[in-house]
Amino acid sequence: MNQIYLDHSATTKLKKEVLDTILPFLTEQYGNPSTIYTLGREAKKAIDSAREQVAKAINAQPNEIYFTSSGTESDNWAIKGVAYANKQKGKHIITSNIEHHAVLHTCEFLEKEGLEITYVPVDNEGILDLEQLKKAIRPDTILISVMLANNEIGTIQPIKEISQLAKEHGIYLHTDAVQAIGSIPVDVNDLGVDLLSLSGHKIYGPKGVGVLYVKTGTKISPFIHGGGQERGKRAGTENVANIVGIGKAIELATQDIQTHSSHLQELRDMTIEEILKAIPHSRLNGHKEKRLPGNVNISFEYIEGESILLMLDSKGVCASSGSACTSGSLDPSHVLLAIGLPHEIAHGSLRLTFGEENTKDDVKYLLEILPPIIEKLRAMSPLYNQK
Amino acid sequence: MEEYSNKVMDHFMNPRNVGEIENADGVGTVGNPVCGDIMKMYLKIENNIIKDAKFKTFGCGAAVATSSMATELIIGKTLEEALDITNSTVAEALDGLPPVKMHCSNLAQQAVKAAIDDYKEKNGKK
Repeated sequence: MNQIYLDHSATTKLKKEVLDTILPFLTEQYGNPSTIYTLGREAKKAIDSAREQVAKAINAQPNEIYFTSSGTESDNWAIKGVAYANKQKGKHIITSNIEHHAVLHTCEFLEKEGLEITYVPVDNEGILDLEQLKKAIRPDTILISVMLANNEIGTIQPIKEISQLAKEHGIYLHTDAVQAIGSIPVDVNDLGVDLLSLSGHKIYGPKGVGVLYVKTGTKISPFIHGGGQERGKRAGTENVANIVGIGKAIELATQDIQTHSSHLQELRDMTIEEILKAIPHSRLNGHKEKRLPGNVNISFEYIEGESILLMLDSKGVCASSGSACTSGSLDPSHVLLAIGLPHEIAHGSLRLTFGEENTKDDVKYLLEILPPIIEKLRAMSPLYNQK
Repeated sequence: MEEYSNKVMDHFMNPRNVGEIENADGVGTVGNPVCGDIMKMYLKIENNIIKDAKFKTFGCGAAVATSSMATELIIGKTLEEALDITNSTVAEALDGLPPVKMHCSNLAQQAVKAAIDDYKEKNGKK
């Protein structure tokens, strides 16, 4: 049975070109970038050139790019680093209620340390309420952290407008662009952000490497203490191979966004249209247009998401859900609840995220197997017959 | 994620005794949609023996599999024997469940109990 991978927001397959770039640094070119001899200097050069690749991809300066271990680390660092370095200025942070857990749980941690956090709600299509954001701003607000695009429902947030507000009030703005990069243009100057998080493995690069962009002049405390790596802000011998990998991956992912995203969008729109047409009691979650080109998130009433995933898996399709059973907790996705879905409908959600190797045939196959799966589960559901 | 046993997958993909029993002697519903699990159990009871059992379940793979296994375990049993079945009996019969899914086997056992209670109530045995 063929495997059809429709979970590119979870992770992506490493590109051959990226692998080829990485391999020498896992074998012959093992030098420590902090050393003086040729072997070490070459590793240092490789990191410098990856830093340039990343900077170029997001229109930043190389000295504004810091390599981390993941998007999660970048989010942690951005928020904690600004909170610790700007204590005199204030103790208030604003974020949204649909952020990734890397942001939400970091904010919850800081709350325990005495910081105050405002979680601004989104509307029922998942777009941040700018009026509420405006109202949340206080004289002691030091940071606003709002994701560029949501990982579950793909909603794209009005970061430029948020940036205007942040600038007017002298507040730092951080955005998690982990899902956005490679799918929509990400330009730090155009967006007007001070901090921005990226991850390698969502763009056909390696796992275990991320980036934090820190605009020159931003007050941020170091994240990992030790040697002088990453200009003394994020110590530890550099993960040279993965850093080289994310440099190459981001270069490839951003060189022709238009072609890539229109391919994804075609698959996305076809999938949404056909599923909603073929399956009754289904609804699209998130905004119809202001969403990532590869993101589909649909709820099916009367059934539960994990069951859908297991049956799709038995037919070779990899997908995700926002049901409690797939999150390891009793509550379904906080994002789906934040856009106003009742619990039982949030439990029945299916997320499909397309990537560059997907084809229309993949969508056609999905459309063949999905309706009978939904039908089978509904026939088993005590909620369905009551209707 | 932790893997389901082959038996759980078998009972999920090919659930036994799915459906409803018309004029059932006992019907029990447990769980709620907020938590993402609802089980409805239908029993046909004659002379204190469970002659038939059917279920409908809204829930994850483990919820469906435990419902299916519970019906298999109770058909042909006396009410007392059926009430003796615990959540771990159901889980063991499925070659185990991942720890986060143990509440599903609880639910299956509770559904059986709820259906038997309903039968007893209807028949003035309670």
